[in-house]
Amino acid sequence: MADFLSDFAEKFGLMFLGLAAFAAVVGILLFLADRAPKRGRDVLQLLIFLLPAGILLTVGLIYPAVNTTVLSFFNRNSQEFVGFDNFVWMFTQPQIQITLLNTLVWVALVPTLSTIFGLAYAVFIDKSKGEKVLKSLVFMPMAISFVGAGIIWRFMYEYRAEGFSEQIGVLNQIIVWVGGEPQQFLQNSPWNTFFLIIVMVWIQTGFAMVLLSAAIKGVPVEIVEASRLDGANPWQTFWNVTVPGIRSTLVVVVTTISIATLKVFDIVRAMTGGNFDTSVVANEMYTQAFNRGEFGQGSALALVLFVMVLPIVVYNVRIMRKQKEIR
Amino acid sequence: MSTSSGTNTGTSTDKVQKAETKLDQPLGQRNKATGGGKAKRVKQRLTSRWATFAAIVIAVIWTIPTFGLLVSSIRTPDEIRTTGWWNIFVSPSFTLENYAEVLTVSGASSANLGQYFVNSLVIAIPAALFPIALATMAAYAFAWIKFKGSGALFVLVFALQIVPLQMALVPLLQIFSGVLGISGTFPAVWIAHTIFGLPLCIFLLHNFISEIPGEVVEAARVDGANHTQIFFRIIIPLSLPALASIGIFQFLWVWNDLLVALVFSGGTADVAPLTQRLAELVGNFGRNTERLPAAAFISLIIPLIVFFSLQRYFVRGLLAGSTKG
Repeated sequence: MADFLSDFAEKFGLMFLGLAAFAAVVGILLFLADRAPKRGRDVLQLLIFLLPAGILLTVGLIYPAVNTTVLSFFNRNSQEFVGFDNFVWMFTQPQIQITLLNTLVWVALVPTLSTIFGLAYAVFIDKSKGEKVLKSLVFMPMAISFVGAGIIWRFMYEYRAEGFSEQIGVLNQIIVWVGGEPQQFLQNSPWNTFFLIIVMVWIQTGFAMVLLSAAIKGVPVEIVEASRLDGANPWQTFWNVTVPGIRSTLVVVVTTISIATLKVFDIVRAMTGGNFDTSVVANEMYTQAFNRGEFGQGSALALVLFVMVLPIVVYNVRIMRKQKEIR
Repeated sequence: MSTSSGTNTGTSTDKVQKAETKLDQPLGQRNKATGGGKAKRVKQRLTSRWATFAAIVIAVIWTIPTFGLLVSSIRTPDEIRTTGWWNIFVSPSFTLENYAEVLTVSGASSANLGQYFVNSLVIAIPAALFPIALATMAAYAFAWIKFKGSGALFVLVFALQIVPLQMALVPLLQIFSGVLGISGTFPAVWIAHTIFGLPLCIFLLHNFISEIPGEVVEAARVDGANHTQIFFRIIIPLSLPALASIGIFQFLWVWNDLLVALVFSGGTADVAPLTQRLAELVGNFGRNTERLPAAAFISLIIPLIVFFSLQRYFVRGLLAGSTKG
């Protein structure tokens, strides 16, 4: 306990020192800006406001991104130029081919399923009693870390060999109850990837639901009413009025979840470590660069990730800009 | 949404409020629910009884995993290992033993989460404050200081959001270990999170700060205030709600992060956060089965408190920042 307290005091001391140092630097800069001589004051003030962020971004993001691009054409310790070898390796190595394929499966399934569940749920609970509570129940996983979610689902999927002990995972228990054989959900390829995907869907559905729910409430009442007067049944109203009315939100939801899915790392890391053919690009990048010291191959994978994300982000931004104009 | 602002020509506080309500609108929402309220809206649910039933089924399925973990965490280690958590309904039991074990027992093979919890806090507080502070300054410069190339520079910052974290890890680590020699320390993790948080924070805060009415800023300028004074006396007080939302989002993002921690913290109990320790524990699932439920819940407590007590800010921050990383 005493150890813990001294550790606690030491670390918080360090934190306050860090905060104080930061405040002092920013404070002094702003003080200088305040007291600057009239001549050249504008320029100085501009620099002081802009430079701290500018320097950090240049050194910490722009330079590294460029550097990673360059490194992807070099060998493992960045000493020797190897041309496209790392990319050839990526597309010829069976293990990495599976990784790339898995990533495509993820990005095809997670946005689709999350959006369908989220939309269905948003429609079901719309204007129902207890809407708020029902909303928070499904939205809650969004607050949880991916690692936490991974642990939660490890217990859902937990497997005990038949006959040796009772099942402690819900899913296998249900299978046993209905007379089936317990499954090693996380080890049997290729289905294990789908069981990892379920975790991401579980998290992202809440996000889709909250956005779509707000959009549904924004569909003008008059149009909905008119369609009902014209004799449309609820299903027709939904497809012909509600869905077109929330189309732009749907696009934003799908693209946003796609981007998050492409970068998924923690879930795979915490649940299978990328073993049993479940690896995805973001996880493989980490494994190659930081576990194996293959900086060239790791960088190449990072670049591939960037290329995959790029079109979706550009599309997303364009949609968002368009909406801003409409507003 | 305020409905009373129709009478006068919109005072500046009204406008600030308007900007604030704008924050509440999710991305991509074009239609606004104008007036009328719930009373006017027609019932348009699909066959409503089945819909409610389906909704409850989904809600139950979505809640069971977390609920099961919570229940597991208060059962004895032996029970966790041998029987499913639903047995608690047959043979009720309650113990905080697991929490005590993972939090306070120290030693090489123990979970030691007390220390990691402190680490998470020590990482997340500065890593939320630093980028917000620097981003507010930069956003102010982009919004209210006219200079050549302002537009182009802002687009560049905006474009940086599309660079995945993964693109920056290797070179940044080389800078930290080779040039600065701070790899595996708290400052390294703070700086990394600050850098990765900046583009989005600048972008979001710029959206907000540029909506502050020009008259207010102009009036202060006429009174002889310089940029620093305007920044402290007008911009910061008026942007507090936005700062809170984005701050909470950044805090949770850092708290829940694993990747940045893995690369920059060095992985020891001196610096590494909870998520990293959890990932290690779950890596040896068999040996840690009875510890994991309590351990996971300890890491979830702070996000869940934020979620349930500050839901409004949480939702805002999340909706605005969901493309991060």
